[in-house]
Order: sequence, then structure tokens, then C-alpha cells
Amino acid sequence: MSECKTIDARDTFCPGPLMELITYMKQANVGDTLELLSTDKGTASDVPEWIKKVGHEMVSSEKVGEVWHLTVRKTK
Amino acid sequence: MRILVVGGGCGGTILANNLARRLASEIRNRKVRITMLSASDKHMYQPGLLYVAFGQMMPDELYRDQESLLEPCIDFHVDPVEEFHLDQNKVKTKSGKTHEYDTLIIATGSRIVPEEVPGLTEGSETFYSEASAVKMFKRLREFEGGKVAIVVGVPHKCPIAPVEITFALHDYFKARGIRDKVHIKYHYPIGRIHTIENVAIWAKPEFDRIGVEYETLFNVKEVDVENQIVKSEEGTETEYDLLISIPPHRGMEVIEKDKLGAGGWIPTDRYQLTMEGHDNVYVLGDTTNLPVSKTGSAAHFEAEVVAENISSIIKIGAPVREYDGKVYCFIEAGHDRATYAMFNYQNPPNLKSPNKSMHWFKMSYNKMYWTSVRGLL
Repeated sequence: MSECKTIDARDTFCPGPLMELITYMKQANVGDTLELLSTDKGTASDVPEWIKKVGHEMVSSEKVGEVWHLTVRKTK
Repeated sequence: MRILVVGGGCGGTILANNLARRLASEIRNRKVRITMLSASDKHMYQPGLLYVAFGQMMPDELYRDQESLLEPCIDFHVDPVEEFHLDQNKVKTKSGKTHEYDTLIIATGSRIVPEEVPGLTEGSETFYSEASAVKMFKRLREFEGGKVAIVVGVPHKCPIAPVEITFALHDYFKARGIRDKVHIKYHYPIGRIHTIENVAIWAKPEFDRIGVEYETLFNVKEVDVENQIVKSEEGTETEYDLLISIPPHRGMEVIEKDKLGAGGWIPTDRYQLTMEGHDNVYVLGDTTNLPVSKTGSAAHFEAEVVAENISSIIKIGAPVREYDGKVYCFIEAGHDRATYAMFNYQNPPNLKSPNKSMHWFKMSYNKMYWTSVRGLL
């Protein structure tokens, strides 16, 4: 059964939001959805760039207040 | 009050010593007892492994007897925990003993898991253990030229290590007079050459200057040992003659086995450093799931906060401090120069130009660590 997990990577400079996402993506099962929370302005472009290159699915991306909410699905 | 520290690494040791001094009178009056359980009677200065890999430190310089680093009032046992029973406030150890506690600190650290990447164990050199660092040094000595590839697993301890090892490799081959015969290619998991933006901004022109090629968005998927090719999750590949890896890490097996946290990382409150759902359990260093560097430095600053809070809870019934995410990392930048990155949850690092004094400060810190881990620095 697929899971939806939230990764709180707000206010982090090292290892940073994308590195956190990659960590949790490795632990996830195919079909799982991960929501990444980030206050780093670069995340909105960094995450879709990696997701596209590696071949997972970008589900949604929106900014709520000062926090980016990016949802991705593991596809392989 | 029974305080149990599980793990005798940097974080656990600093915490136990700091706490022992803060609670000296309570310990004398037998109101408080501090017990430490560790897997080893030796304490390793892990950052020294980078120097061992280049023949600049000998392995025996990395160790001290753990008991010699602890305040005498700390009850120390080499007896690793095999079962955590958090609902009953007790742990069971390898020897079969049960230790009950009122307050528990889990500081069990992390371990490399190169086996998660097919071919990485057989196909690459690394420096995250004494044996592998010595092996890497011998391999470097024999290397006469060719393609060197550096790959980085996720997550990994010491996020500065990938750039440090790259500068060190350049210096090493240059000193041997064979740099012109060595092509160095650096691979990194995200879209710039370091996760800290200011480090990436600084390191990129440095790599250009010393002739290091780089490929970003490269998450190592497998190593074809026979054909000497490393492949990425993103579909690219690099040929190599010598592969250097920063292996992926996990928390300790007992953490995963007892379902304290996925991947061996325990869900932790980022300010109080308590385990989620357990107010009498604190988590330190690599063991947390916090979005903070897995380094001795983070463990050090976290340990000071936890020690102060446990002490104040005993003395006045309330915690007095929050962890602000502070980390301080030296960055060896090659050519006997170094700089540092200091940051917390709110403030990014502002990198200074590398200089020789910072390098010699780092070399001094390699010795001063033993004062630091005693909680005196």
C-alpha cells in the first residue's frame, strides 16, 4: 500500500532540502508520495529539475506563505 | 534519577562529561547516577581518517581509551544495547543485562552501507573506517595515472568530505609529480557541486582552477567493477581507473530493528532534541532525523544543549535552552589552506577565503579534540 510522507526541510542549509528528499526517496517504495516542505527559494526549481532527470513524478508545487510544498511520487 | 547514555561517540561523551560536572553535587549525594553503555572500549577521532587516507596521520593517533575520556563518576560499560523498551524505561544489552532509566540519551551514531549500491564495496576506495582508509592510502601510492572518479552516496556523514577529498587528491598527485597524468572527475547528487550554496559558489572556481571536472545530479546507482564504469540513477555513466566513494549511511541496526526510526534515524524535536512521543528520551548527533549535518560538530553543540536542559530539569524543573541548529565545520581547501562553514537553522554560512592559519588551526584541533570531547573546550 502506498504511503504519503511529509519531509520537514524548512530552515536547513546542510544537508539541504533536495538532499533530504533524495534520502527519503531511497527509503520509499515505488508508488509512495512524498511532500517536501522547504523555505529555500532554490527548491522550487532544484527539485523539479532532479525529478525530471531521474524519472520520478512531480505531482504539485505551491508556495504557502513562506514555505514551498512540493509533492513528488516515486515511480521506479 | 538514573541517566542512561547509550553510545560513547563524540555526542554521548561530551554530554555525559558536561552533565557529570553540572550535577557533581547531586551525584555525590547519590541523587543522580550517570551510566554509559558503548559498543567499544576505544574512542575514535573520525575526522582523522581523511588524513590516514593520505598518509598524514597514523591510525593509532585516532584512538583513546573511552574510559580515560570520562569523568570518574560516570559508570561506563562496554556492553552495547540490543533492545530498547521505551514503554518500560529500560534497555537490554548484549551481555543480557537490563538497565532501567529515568532519562535516556540515544547517541548511537551511523554506519556506512556501501552494500546498498551494487559493486561499490568491491569497486571503490573509501576512508570511513580505519581499514578502508589504510587500504585507500596504499592504493593511492600505487596509482601511476589515469581516471579518478569521486562519487557521493546519500545520506552521508560529514557533508564537507566530498570537496575535501577532491582537494586532497589534487594535492597528493601534484606532490608526487603525476598530476598531469591524472584526470579527476567529481560527481555530486544535487544540481550544484555542494549542498551548501556558498560552499558551491566558492568551490566551483577552485575546481576549475585546479582542473577538476564535475558532474552534478549524479546519484550513484551501481558500479560495473569488471568494466570499471560507475552508473547513476539519472542515466549517465563515467569510466574510471580509480573510484573513490563517500558511501551512503544508515543509523545503527538496533534503531531500525526496534522500529525507533526509518533508516536508523530517530524522529527528533529540532529544538528540544527529545524523541518524538517520548519526553524523557533525547537523541544526539547522527542518530537524529533532523535536517542538520551529520558531523561531530552538530553532536557537540546538541550535547551541550541537552546536558544543560537535563541538569536544569533536575535543578529547577524546566529546560532552559533550545538547539538553534548550530554547526561549525572546518573545510580543508588544499595547498595547506582551510576555511570554515558556521551556520544554524536561520543563518547560512558566510564563507571566508581559505588561508594557512585556518589550516593550522584545524591541524591543532586534531589534537585539541581530546580536550573537546572531555567537555572542557
